[in-house]
Amino acid sequence: MAATDADRYAALSVESADVRPQETAWQRVRRNLSVRIGGVVLVLLLAVAALAPWLGTVDPTMFDAGSRDLPPGAKGEMLTLDGEVIKHRFHFGSDSLGRDIYSRVIYGTRVSLFVGVVAALVSLLLGVFCGLTAGYLRWLDGILMRVMDGIMAIPAILIAIALVAMWRASLVTVIIAIAIPEIPRVARLVRSLVLTIREEPYVEAATSLGTPTWKIMLGHILPNTIAPLVVMGTFIAASAILIEAILSFLGVGLPPDIPTWGNIMAEGRIAFVQFPHNIFIPGIFLTITVLAVNILGDGLRDTLDPKMAKRI
Amino acid sequence: MSDADTPVLEVRNLTVALPVDGDRRNAVSGVSFTVMRGEIVCLVGESGSGKSVIAQAIMGLLPKTLPVASGEVLLEGEDVTKVPTERLRQLRCASMSMIFQEPMTALNPVMTCGEQIDEVLREHTALSPAERRAKTIDILTEVVLPDPERIVGSYPHQLSGGQRQRIMIAMALVLEPALLIADEPTTALDVTTQAQILELVRDLQLRRGMGVLFITHDFGVVADVAHRVAVLRLGRLVEMGDKNTVLKHPQHEYTIMLIGAVPTLNPHGRAVAADAPLVLETRRLAKTYSDGGWFSRRGEVHAADDVTLEIRRGQTLGIVGESGSGKSTVARCIVRLIDPTRGEIRIHGEDIARKPLGALRDLRRKVQIVFQDPYRSLNPRRTVGEAVIEGPLNYGLPRAEALERARKLMELVRMDPAVLERYPHQFSGGQRQRICIARALAMEPELLVADEAVSALDVSVQAQVLALLEEIRERFNLAMLFITHDLRVAAQVCDRVAVMSGGRVVEYGEANEVFLRPTHEYTRALFAAAPGRDFVFGGG
Repeated sequence: MAATDADRYAALSVESADVRPQETAWQRVRRNLSVRIGGVVLVLLLAVAALAPWLGTVDPTMFDAGSRDLPPGAKGEMLTLDGEVIKHRFHFGSDSLGRDIYSRVIYGTRVSLFVGVVAALVSLLLGVFCGLTAGYLRWLDGILMRVMDGIMAIPAILIAIALVAMWRASLVTVIIAIAIPEIPRVARLVRSLVLTIREEPYVEAATSLGTPTWKIMLGHILPNTIAPLVVMGTFIAASAILIEAILSFLGVGLPPDIPTWGNIMAEGRIAFVQFPHNIFIPGIFLTITVLAVNILGDGLRDTLDPKMAKRI
Repeated sequence: MSDADTPVLEVRNLTVALPVDGDRRNAVSGVSFTVMRGEIVCLVGESGSGKSVIAQAIMGLLPKTLPVASGEVLLEGEDVTKVPTERLRQLRCASMSMIFQEPMTALNPVMTCGEQIDEVLREHTALSPAERRAKTIDILTEVVLPDPERIVGSYPHQLSGGQRQRIMIAMALVLEPALLIADEPTTALDVTTQAQILELVRDLQLRRGMGVLFITHDFGVVADVAHRVAVLRLGRLVEMGDKNTVLKHPQHEYTIMLIGAVPTLNPHGRAVAADAPLVLETRRLAKTYSDGGWFSRRGEVHAADDVTLEIRRGQTLGIVGESGSGKSTVARCIVRLIDPTRGEIRIHGEDIARKPLGALRDLRRKVQIVFQDPYRSLNPRRTVGEAVIEGPLNYGLPRAEALERARKLMELVRMDPAVLERYPHQFSGGQRQRICIARALAMEPELLVADEAVSALDVSVQAQVLALLEEIRERFNLAMLFITHDLRVAAQVCDRVAVMSGGRVVEYGEANEVFLRPTHEYTRALFAAAPGRDFVFGGG
């Protein structure tokens, strides 16, 4: 009797109804229009950065006194340091030192994307470390988070300027200077996630299975913070690209001979009224890049965080 | 000229579509039923049966993703699925009203209760402020709220759950609608509060002669309030009829199964061996929470106080109580997920209440816990297999052996060993709870704590999981601590019962004694409030 009862329950119970497989997060992400648009633009920019030497560019640091302040599309000649003369078409014109703006903008893509991605990774790494520690070790929480509050109280750009001023301006300095002000935000996000996730029954279950604390943090809690962190990472990357441009424009970023969008704009500022393209062209590239990263981040947030998507 | 023969609500062949990627084609398929004036019709079904969708379709509250595909919903002869939004607004509250499951979220937290009732009157009537206030006080008196003058100015958070539900009912009934839809109105309430609300609904319905569509999953509640019953399964109406006919002589196989799965309130009456070795003993166990920080006065809450219990090998001790009674606190102290404030917890005579967390390796192995919420008890990013072998791996079992053990356990909990490769989101609630049980058993514990382990499950699934727990207890001669708010479930599984209230054990003894001859006043009140207690379900 008992066995037939059980079989009957199993057959009739709502549990035996078909459960249609749900889409995985990755499938949802791939279908999202924002992710597609942002992703395609970013892939194009990455391709431009990677293929810079083969896109009809010349050495972006090379200057030629004879071809200064050319308008976009002008044809001219450039004299290399080896004494060779090459014919070159200045698609975006040239600056006041006779450098090819097209080449500088294309090579500048490399710097911008690199700074954006690496700064985001550095601040995520350090922020996750601080956030996990603060969220799980309660005695460290107060100290760590007050330090984070302190960093947040100083304007990000000021920290960056101070750090760059303290050390020699180089790529590493700039990346660190951009990453540090972002750490508190990541730490706060991770800490709040840890505080909710550590109360989840599956974490308590792991505790009662005798899993050591560090394994719980790395094996149960960290993997469940990935989705919001990916979203956060894209927004940090976008702001890092902007801040790098700002630092360069203010002359406290990378040295002026390195082709970055900020440097090109800073150089073009003097002759802005006569040759506005010196600022507009790198400005447009900067806008498109930041927009693409932000659209990608928006799409990721909508798909990875369904609660957020419903609220909008 | 209204008499009992005119239907207030007539649902004809209602079909509500699901989005194309849904679990099935239609949320509700071809459902027809009527609610007469002065009649309570219960819509019963397990989760996913479409009972709430029907309620939303009647009120015109369906989300755009769930369109009414065909059929009619006639409210006093008017098809509400086709009327314009403006007309629907007039009908709501005036002709049909709805009360919801969770009164805290259904009320606006920043408006006083008086203002919220007043809003209904302001929108639908041309009464003056003084008349509206008088009417508000009247309706609050009618739903038996103490001191209506004070309640009018209270915010929802200042009231208890039962009082909030009364406010919801007052708001729904203030315009004397012909139809009241109650969507699981007592599911979030404690059993004693539930009994009072059910009585109120019955009372008001009699006095006003309105039709009530009462949606519930609980057959005890059905037995208490219904005149007629409609049983839904996966969006289809499988059986409809008079309460006594359906509950005592069910025709459809599904109804027979559901009613057979409802546990009875009579204890199982299994003999209890008094000389089995003690596994767990607590002595005057207490847990006190203190709040307040640097600047505020410290307040203390005694979540559990003076709890003395014991469990012997092969026996099940039930802790029964309402929310806030401290039953889960005791369970979590015993598993040492929280630290007890005072008292002893002896596992095989060894006191573990004071041991530092690092020295609990032995305890973790001997005591395992199964939680209430099957959807949150498994890490969504780990496969079922990883979850089940996590414990044994922590205790140094080689991976291959742990996996072998996991495969055997899957068979024990009646699941295909192949599921070890899959992720938790591919399983239903009952299956997940089986996985959680397998995970606990992988540690080969001596004491299994089940903290409301079947409370979130549908009645048919609950019956299966209870049977599984019983089988496991017998097979491994386990000691089991079973925490529940459901007296029917407690009667089925427990050998001994402790009734908790306000953090204290008010009655403790053999299940047969406690259930048949309760001595404490609170226990008696609790048993008296159990829905459908005198009703004999038949057919099983």
